[in-house]
Amino acid sequence: MTGSELIWRIAGGSGDGIDSTSQNFTKALMRAGLHVFTHRHYPSRIRGGHTYVEVRAADHPVKSRGDGYDFLLALGDSFARNPQASGEAYYGNEEAKPLSENLDELREGGVIVYDEGLLDADEIEDFDERVEENDWHVYPLDLRGLAREHGREIMRNTAGVAATAALIGMETDPFEELMNDRMSGDILETNITVLEEAYEEVDSKDFSHDIEVPTGSHDEEQVLVNGSHGVAYGALDEGCRFIAGYPMTPWTDVFTTMSQHLPEFGGISEQVEDEIAAAALAIGASHAGVKAMSGSSGGGFALMSEPLGLAEMTETPLVLVEAMRAGPSTGMPTKPEQGDLEHVLYTSQGDSNRVVFAPGTVEECYEQSREAFRIAYEYQIPTIIAIDQKLAGELVSVPASVFDREPNPDLGSVLTEEEISEAAHHESGKYNRFQHDPENGVSPRTIPGQSGGRFLASGNEHTPQGHIEEDPDNRVAQVDRRTRKLEAIRDDLDGKETSQQTPYGPEDADHGILVWGSQQGTVEEAVDRLNDQGESVKSLGVSDLMPYPKEEVTEFLESVDECLVVEMNITAQFRGLTQKELGRFGEKMSSLLKYNGNPFEPAEVVEGFEIQINGGDEPPNAQVRIEPAAGD
Amino acid sequence: MSAFSAIGSGEQDEEIDRDAFTPGIEPQPTWCPGCGDFGVLKALKGAMPEVGRSPDETLLVTGIGCSGKLSSYFDSYGMHSIHGRSLPVARAAKLANPDLEVIAAGGDGDGYGIGGNHFMHTARENHDMTYIVFNNEIFGLTKGQTSPTSPKGHKSKTQPHGSAKDPVRPLSMSLSAGASYIARTAAVNPRQATEIITEAIEHDGFAHIDFLTQCPTWNKDAKQYVPYTDVQQSEDYDFDVTDRREAAEIMHETEDKLHEGEVLTGRFYVDENRHSYGQEKRSTGEMPEEPLAERYFDEDYEWERSYDLLDAHR
Repeated sequence: MTGSELIWRIAGGSGDGIDSTSQNFTKALMRAGLHVFTHRHYPSRIRGGHTYVEVRAADHPVKSRGDGYDFLLALGDSFARNPQASGEAYYGNEEAKPLSENLDELREGGVIVYDEGLLDADEIEDFDERVEENDWHVYPLDLRGLAREHGREIMRNTAGVAATAALIGMETDPFEELMNDRMSGDILETNITVLEEAYEEVDSKDFSHDIEVPTGSHDEEQVLVNGSHGVAYGALDEGCRFIAGYPMTPWTDVFTTMSQHLPEFGGISEQVEDEIAAAALAIGASHAGVKAMSGSSGGGFALMSEPLGLAEMTETPLVLVEAMRAGPSTGMPTKPEQGDLEHVLYTSQGDSNRVVFAPGTVEECYEQSREAFRIAYEYQIPTIIAIDQKLAGELVSVPASVFDREPNPDLGSVLTEEEISEAAHHESGKYNRFQHDPENGVSPRTIPGQSGGRFLASGNEHTPQGHIEEDPDNRVAQVDRRTRKLEAIRDDLDGKETSQQTPYGPEDADHGILVWGSQQGTVEEAVDRLNDQGESVKSLGVSDLMPYPKEEVTEFLESVDECLVVEMNITAQFRGLTQKELGRFGEKMSSLLKYNGNPFEPAEVVEGFEIQINGGDEPPNAQVRIEPAAGD
Repeated sequence: MSAFSAIGSGEQDEEIDRDAFTPGIEPQPTWCPGCGDFGVLKALKGAMPEVGRSPDETLLVTGIGCSGKLSSYFDSYGMHSIHGRSLPVARAAKLANPDLEVIAAGGDGDGYGIGGNHFMHTARENHDMTYIVFNNEIFGLTKGQTSPTSPKGHKSKTQPHGSAKDPVRPLSMSLSAGASYIARTAAVNPRQATEIITEAIEHDGFAHIDFLTQCPTWNKDAKQYVPYTDVQQSEDYDFDVTDRREAAEIMHETEDKLHEGEVLTGRFYVDENRHSYGQEKRSTGEMPEEPLAERYFDEDYEWERSYDLLDAHR
């Protein structure tokens, strides 16, 4: 255990209640005053398979899952058990998977609690040797038996949590409180009995390990949320009242969060036939005067490429979420990757413009979701929020005050009927919707049903009234105006009091790490460690991808000797974007790349950085790759 | 005052006539001389004063192709969207503001081919809107390729040996998908076409009109839809338009006969009892009673905050 923190891992099969059990445990830790960060690892199946959730709890803010872990609670996969046969757990031929699959990352001196009712450590060949070698403390408990004895078998998760609490010196009160919030009647009583009995049974034993729960207290009230909540709540606060979508992991979390709350907020959620329809619906609702969004993950987003072009050409505000997962094609549905960057930047027809945000933390998800709506409606342009499976699904503790902001239902550049009557019209009475020459490129729009505001929104190149037109002068004027919006948006973002880019570490550091999206926190932890061990390094988390924050990144790159660019893909897409946008720095930037389906851990970034600075080219492990700088 | 004062003004406005829906703006229609699409435009313009709707309270969403240009030649709020996607755009606009008169239009490739999935689901949901499909049994604007409604054996540059596919049956498709008003009319029958469009707009639910439009340029072999038989006027056809089974039967007959050179037009199915999607959605509490779009102009409306949702996360 490093400092005052604990990393607890609960492992079992999908459908075993791993997720809900870990959430309760996390919440109890958060309520106890700790900062928490979770990491979910799950296969693309409903029941069975190897699943784990890791919960990192500390008395200080935590930004990543950390490296390794201290405490394993290994449950069996009850759903995969064949009741007709022996009644024992099985995973095909790998009966002790929740144990064997998790041992590699368990730290020295760590604790293992496993359900001996379902798992048999003897089936793992070198188990005893490894236990001895690593000084692990192993507590086989018949959790299933305990649950059966005092209640129902399914409550062995509760027994496992009780055992954990007893072993790390936590009280049962916070768990009972949480159960009271969520359950009632018999279920509640039985669960509490199981909790208390299991706690007592374990607590009465002697322990030899020295792992205990840290203590802490927050400066302000915390909530347990993930990036999907951040995006959804940002959208709701910005007045979004219409969502259309089709389920696809990991975008589904944003979609279901919105669907759950929109009706009670007087809004509309539509699950439709496909992603083309979903984006087209969002365009239709937005055209009719409602703040609207849609979104998907890689494959579904590919289908949205065509409507994305329509939104740009008709200048209909549109917000899309792209929750990336590993590709190509359907790739790895439940694993994170940052491989869709170029997809979100360049997909769709022609010289099309869009704005792309890539928040790096849950707080930024909320902030930039709001910003995505503001920019889309103010500038009548599609905006995309690019997150990934990691950011979308990892629950972390965040100050509740992050969400404490006033709603902004402003539709942006829309005219009232009074303003319409004074605005320029064609002699036929049609409103000049797409005028050639507004300064920032934005020509205000009208909403169907408004008197005197009728126009045609055509996906073909069009006149100021929206009628199809291929005249070269009109074409140039319209393209120039639409393109001008991006410069105006860059000025707008640059002029804000706080930048959306996140600098971290000492300003005068010699070296730099550039990162985008969900890896930001991990890199910041690596920066701290590197500086602690005598290096001189700082990082910049880039969240505006288009229009690119040229000034800020240039300044950052000029101020360092060398820079490592950290991202989860094989083609170094973000480094490529940076070089393209800035037109230089190719010799200064090398890449640390990972695309095995797991996010970076801070130690990998630390090692990658050391190798880069020391001039090596061997990556820290087989799962990580280094792409040297130009000329290296 | 309402933010959308154009809505509802039509009924009181005696000035509304078909000319109100002529844009008075170049370009004039670029359809070929003799094109059936002129018939749709004329019938639509004729229907609007009948239903008492003004250009500013009407939204016409079109797809791509010759049919897609309808929104250029018809003056209202409009969206000339993308190939096959007029329906999802239109139905969201209707949900966002149910007071709007929403009409969608597209061609047979647009509506029954590339947009077939959207057609099925929009009909299934029974959105309160009108959908006019220009059916000329050919791709026009891309210069004469075989379309989903082209007859079997139809030769074109993409199927030089003649199409091996049976044509789609748009009326039967529509019925089985769930449309609550289904009719077929033809550009050669302007009076019936105007009546049917009027009825369709007034119908509370998804009204699908398969509109036969002759293509004099690319489909010279196609029946020019004359002579036609109006099934409501003919003594040979006696069926109850509200009976699903009878409708299914007459639709099959109609679809068979079209390829045998006999054109049947008229109303084939009308269900006045089925609730529109908007009504259903309001009754389950998934949609507000008042038009959502109005809310953004209401300065007194109190907007909910996500902060109120945080209890579940504490």
